[in-house]
Amino acid sequence: MSLWNKHSILEKNSILLVIGILIVVSIGGLVEIAPLYYLKSTIEAVEGVRPYTPLELIGRNIYVREGCYTCHSQMIRPLRDEVERYGHYSLAAESMYDRPFQWGSKRTGPDLARVGGKYSDEWHREHLIDPRSVVPASIMPGYSWLVRTPVDARNIAVDMKVQAALGVPYSDEMIKNARADLLTQANPDAGDVDALQERYPKALARDFDGDPRAVTEADALIAYLQMLGAQVDFSLYDGKANLR
Amino acid sequence: MAHVETLQKRMTFGELGLLITFGLLAFASIIIFARAWTPEYAFHALLFAAGSIAAVFAIGNRYLDRPAAPPPQTIDGKPNYNLGPIKFATIAAVVWGVAGFLVGLIIALQLAYPWLNLDLPWISFGRLRPLHTSAVIFAFGGNVLIGSSLYVVQRTCRARLAGDLAPWFVVLGYNFFIVVAGTGYLLGITQSKEYAEPEWYSDLWLTVVWVVYLLVYLATIWKRKEPHIFVANWFYLAFILTIAVLHLGNNATIPLSLFSPKSYIVWAGVQDAMVQWWYGHNAVGFFLTAGFLGLMYYFVPKRAERPIYSYRLSIIHFWALIFLYIWAGPHHLHYTALPDWAQTLGMTFSVMLWMPSWGGMINGLMTLSGAWDKLRTDPVLRMMAVSVAFYGMSTFEGPMMSVKAVNSLSHYTDWTIGHVHSGALGWVAYISFGAVYCLVPWLWNRPGLYSLRLVNWHFWISTLGIVLYVSAMWVSGILQGLMWRAYTALGFLEYSFIETVEAMHPFYVIRALGGLLFLVGGLIMAWNIWKTIVAVEPQSTSDSGQPALVPAE
Repeated sequence: MSLWNKHSILEKNSILLVIGILIVVSIGGLVEIAPLYYLKSTIEAVEGVRPYTPLELIGRNIYVREGCYTCHSQMIRPLRDEVERYGHYSLAAESMYDRPFQWGSKRTGPDLARVGGKYSDEWHREHLIDPRSVVPASIMPGYSWLVRTPVDARNIAVDMKVQAALGVPYSDEMIKNARADLLTQANPDAGDVDALQERYPKALARDFDGDPRAVTEADALIAYLQMLGAQVDFSLYDGKANLR
Repeated sequence: MAHVETLQKRMTFGELGLLITFGLLAFASIIIFARAWTPEYAFHALLFAAGSIAAVFAIGNRYLDRPAAPPPQTIDGKPNYNLGPIKFATIAAVVWGVAGFLVGLIIALQLAYPWLNLDLPWISFGRLRPLHTSAVIFAFGGNVLIGSSLYVVQRTCRARLAGDLAPWFVVLGYNFFIVVAGTGYLLGITQSKEYAEPEWYSDLWLTVVWVVYLLVYLATIWKRKEPHIFVANWFYLAFILTIAVLHLGNNATIPLSLFSPKSYIVWAGVQDAMVQWWYGHNAVGFFLTAGFLGLMYYFVPKRAERPIYSYRLSIIHFWALIFLYIWAGPHHLHYTALPDWAQTLGMTFSVMLWMPSWGGMINGLMTLSGAWDKLRTDPVLRMMAVSVAFYGMSTFEGPMMSVKAVNSLSHYTDWTIGHVHSGALGWVAYISFGAVYCLVPWLWNRPGLYSLRLVNWHFWISTLGIVLYVSAMWVSGILQGLMWRAYTALGFLEYSFIETVEAMHPFYVIRALGGLLFLVGGLIMAWNIWKTIVAVEPQSTSDSGQPALVPAE
């Protein structure tokens, strides 16, 4: 009986009610989120994972802009059919530089976590322009404007500086060479590919959209798609190393 | 001095402060417009400038027209309720609702017939889908919540809304946020965080609006004539507070520049995923559940003219609901790179959440005891009763889908979409329709709605729509989940991905048909509301004749 009467204290005092609500709704979030910043499995560093190159970063931002996450996931679950269909299950480390994460929640189209290297650049180009030209039953929208639109890379160094401030290991040298690296990756004849790959190991440098006249949004997006999930060499990866 | 009455007319602190604020905001927006990095952002700066200038003129005009004395708190001993902002929010809710259902129908058709994307960036599925979700959740649902909460808090506290311009600022500012967010998606300005797509400047604006909303709400409670804070207000308060916390946590970003729409979130990868679904699931828990339970606790007893079934049940399920909901986020991340223990916590709390959810359903439905016969004659009450039943159904389905074994099948499929829509169409939209049908005659002082027969049509057409929608998504979701994991006798995957896409087509057509019916229902409601306002004669008494509600015990 008395407990019920106690509740009327909260019913009569709005500030106590506010404080009570704030305490009650804080607990779950704190317990679930805070440990993710010190547990080994969520902050592990895995050999091969590196920050995005300037071109890949722009490509990723196009992926974000177009809302690709509404139909494509980037998270392979450790289930037999998924591993056989898409490849090794996704590691936390593989999205450590993803701001925002793009794991997605719906597969209207297939998972893209390991799409890198699965199709040729030409396939991606045609698929972006008209998905049904290469996959007749596809229900994906066409993104034909991407091959016509030059990338907006005026401020790419600012993107990298902000990310560096948030903890992404972009060095001053990387930021200084941002534009040069971007042009080199889309047109390897125009710049120093070795320097690019020294800064970004295993970066693919080629004319992704087959159009040498300009660095287009299609170049950037395909460069991003072709590196997705291809950074970690799973013949060398030791999954047990991260078990506590 | 034009004219001196008994009271000298002076600008209030709020009027002067807002005039200066909007003047400065207009100035800043014009500078940002001139130096914006992208044309899309320049367009938004222009919107902010135009909105600020319009606000300056509106506040100035209002000052010139208004009497010197502030509006009285009571007239003839009765509270002088402030209904203007609520009327605006109610109409906005109906308009945004119809718009949101329409965009939903368009994207449903795009999935069935992809040529409808027309190869245009602004209307491609990836940009329209957030427009649909934001329009129905935040524009339609948000206006219902803000409008109804400002109504309920006045009625149950027997006090006029606190603030003079502040309630208008909340309602208009919130709808301005909707316009900026929605046009942003079409122009490609998005964070691509589900249900938190608006970029940093929209988020900042919403934060200001939300804080004012909380203050208006609390200050009205402080003016209350009743010693107890009525149960509906606990739920509204939990909704306002928790959404503020979630919004700040999930939108902690660093913009590239004042002149760029782009920002980067401070969380990355797995941490961002956890923060996102801590936010995302509690947008469901506090925006679409706690807030609408607030509606239920006022409008169902009011319309049924019965007291709330159990006061104690409302206490228990309130605290249990808001405590347990926050934990449930990780069930969106089953079998991902999120640690197992967090997934298991998410699953466990989701299953436990079933109980307080059903506590709310039982309290809502049992409130009808002694008034069940009204379901036959009053389609508005029937709509609300069915909404509570849908609430019960989706809050059983949700915990079931959060069990890892079930989730391994259901996740990434249309089953999730079906689940969301049984909650969104069946629960959120129906309780909102019920509340709007109640509110409009009360706000505009009409004896009743233009036509109860039209409500009946609305009810049956949209119910048929929900049934088509949800059952199509159940079948397509489970079918696709099973096809993805099907193996041949030789141990190979049986279906390529595209074969599973092809199998979805008939269900996507049925789903679009369901959406069309729901949209038709919405249009019938809009017509009925419009006719109620323009064609029904007002009541003779100044008060709408609604007796004040007695708070619980």
